[in-house]
Amino acid sequence: MYLSKTKARNIFIGVCITPAILLFVIFMVIPTIDVFRMSLYSWGGFSNQKQFVGFDNFKFLWNDMDFIQSFQNSILLIVIVALVTLVVAVFFAAILTKERIIGGNFFRVIFYIPNILSIVVIAGIFSAVYAPSNGLLNSVFAVLNLDFWQQKWLGNQQIVIYSVAGALVWQAIGYYMVMYMSSMASIPASYYEAASLEGASPFRQFFDITLPLIWNNIRTTLTFYIISTVNLSFLLVTAMTGGGPDGSTEVFLSYMYEQAYGNSTYGYGMAIGVVVFLFSFALAAIISHITKRDVLEY
Amino acid sequence: MKKSKGLKTESFYKIFIYVALIALATSIIIPVVWILFASIKENSEFYGNPWAIPDGFHYQNFVEAFVEARMGDYLFNSIIVTGLAIVFLLVIALPASYVLSRFRFFGSKFLNSFVKAGLFINVSYIAVPIFLMLLDWDSLMQTMFDGGSFLNNRVMLALIYASTALPFTIFLLSSYFETLPSDFEEAASIDGAGYFKTMFSVMLPMAKPSIIIVILFNFLLFWNEYILALTLMPGENKTLPVGLLNLMAAERAAANYGPMYAGMVIVMLPTLILYIIVQKRLTQGMTVGGLKG
Repeated sequence: MYLSKTKARNIFIGVCITPAILLFVIFMVIPTIDVFRMSLYSWGGFSNQKQFVGFDNFKFLWNDMDFIQSFQNSILLIVIVALVTLVVAVFFAAILTKERIIGGNFFRVIFYIPNILSIVVIAGIFSAVYAPSNGLLNSVFAVLNLDFWQQKWLGNQQIVIYSVAGALVWQAIGYYMVMYMSSMASIPASYYEAASLEGASPFRQFFDITLPLIWNNIRTTLTFYIISTVNLSFLLVTAMTGGGPDGSTEVFLSYMYEQAYGNSTYGYGMAIGVVVFLFSFALAAIISHITKRDVLEY
Repeated sequence: MKKSKGLKTESFYKIFIYVALIALATSIIIPVVWILFASIKENSEFYGNPWAIPDGFHYQNFVEAFVEARMGDYLFNSIIVTGLAIVFLLVIALPASYVLSRFRFFGSKFLNSFVKAGLFINVSYIAVPIFLMLLDWDSLMQTMFDGGSFLNNRVMLALIYASTALPFTIFLLSSYFETLPSDFEEAASIDGAGYFKTMFSVMLPMAKPSIIIVILFNFLLFWNEYILALTLMPGENKTLPVGLLNLMAAERAAANYGPMYAGMVIVMLPTLILYIIVQKRLTQGMTVGGLKG
C-alpha cells in the first residue's frame, strides 16, 4: 500500500501527539474543570445526593473562621518564605559566583541537597530538629548556654508557624541559589572590572550591577515562590503537624483536603480549591506588576 | 595607614562570608548525618545525649522497618511505580515534543499553548477529583464485569504520574528540539527515510542530554511524591513516602525511634546516591529547564 506524502505526515503527527493529548486531558484538564464545577454543588463525594447550590459554598467561606485562619497562615508563610529565601539565596549566589571561595563547589553541592529529599523525609528531619527535649535545636542551645532560647517549636501555637517556615526555607534555598547563580554567571566580567577601577565597593557593585541585571530572574522566581510555597506548605504541614496544634498551622490546601476528604463536604472543599487557585494567580499577577522595571539588556 | 584599614575590612568581609557559608552547610549536613546515625542506634540510646555517636551498628532497625513496617514491599512498589512512570513518560512525551516543536499543522499553535498552560495546574488540587474519577470507573467496571481496580493500581498510578509530568517534560524537550537545525531531517528525507524512521534513528538519539535531565528530574519527582500516592492507593500497594508517613506516626506513638529513622534512610538514600553521582548534570540541567516549582 502506498500512502501519499501528506497522508503519511498526518498519520505520523496523529500517532505522535494523540497519547500525550489524551492523557493530559483525562488526568489534568478534566480534574481541573471538575474542581471548578464541583465548587457549585453541595455534595459529599460518595453519596448520590448532589445538589446545585450556585455560589453558596463561596458565601459560606466568608464566615468560616477556620478557613480565615488557614488563609492568614498561608499568607504569612508565603511572605516569610519568599522574602527570607530570596534574600538568603541571592546572598549566597552572589558570594559563590563573585568571590574566590575555597571549596566553592563543595558548598554548592551541599546547599542543593534539601531539594532532592522527599517532603516526608524533611518532615521527619524537622520533627527531630524541633523535638522539645532531645531535639537538635534545643540541645544546640543547651550546649551554647542559651537555655532561655529553648522552645516547644511544634507545640507552641505562637511559634509553630515560624518553625514550619524554617523548614520550607531550608528546603528552598539551594534551588533558588542555583537559579540565581546561573543568571549572575552570565553578567559580563568587564562590568565589574570597570566598576572596580572607578572604586566601587563590592556592596555598591552588588546593588548597582548584579541586582538590576538579575531583576528579571527574581521577578519570575517570585511567582514560583508563591506556587511552590502554597503546595509545599500543604505537603509539609500534612506530614509534620497535621495542621495542629489547634489549627495553628492549617494552610489553604490542607484545609481543602480535610473538607473534601476527611469531612466529606466535597463541594465545599473544591470551593476552597477554587479560591486558592484564583488567589495565587492574582497574587502572582500583582507581584509581577509591582516589581516591573525596565529590562536591562547586556 | 589607609591600606591596613582596607585590608582589615577586607579580611572581616572574608571571615563573615566563610562563617555564613559554613553555618548554612552545617545546618544541612548535621541533620542528614544525624538521621543516618540515628537509624543504627538502639532505642535506649535515644534517651541519652543526642550528640553521642552510635554504640554500634544496629541493623535490627532496618530489619524491623523492612519486615514489620513493610518498607521492603513499599520499596518494591516505589521502584515499580517510578520505573514504569518514567518509561510511560518518555514513550509518550518524546514523540509529542518532537512533533509539537518541529511540525506546523492545523491547531499546532493551540496545542502548544494548551499543554504549556498545564504548567499552572497543581497536583494538590486535582488529587481528590482524580480519586473520585477512578472510583467512578471502578464502580462502572463492577457493574459490567466482576472486578475493576483503577484504585490501588500501580500501573494506573504510574500512568497518572507520567500524565502530570507531561507539561514540564514537553516544555523542556520542545525547547531542546527547537534549537536543532532542520538539515538533519532534510538529509534523512533525501536518504529515503520516512517520518518514523527519521524520528527514531536521527532526532531522538540527538536529544540524549535532555532525555537524561528529564529522567533525573522526574525520578526525584516520582520517587518523592506522596499526595497522589496517598489518595489513590488507600489499600496495600503503598509507595515509600506514604509507608514512611505511616511508620513515623506509628513509631512515634510507640516511642520506638530506631525503625522510624531507618525508614527515613530507606527513602532518602537512593536519591542521595543518585545526586552524588549526577549532581553536576542535575544543577546544570535545572538552569536549562529554568522551571519546576
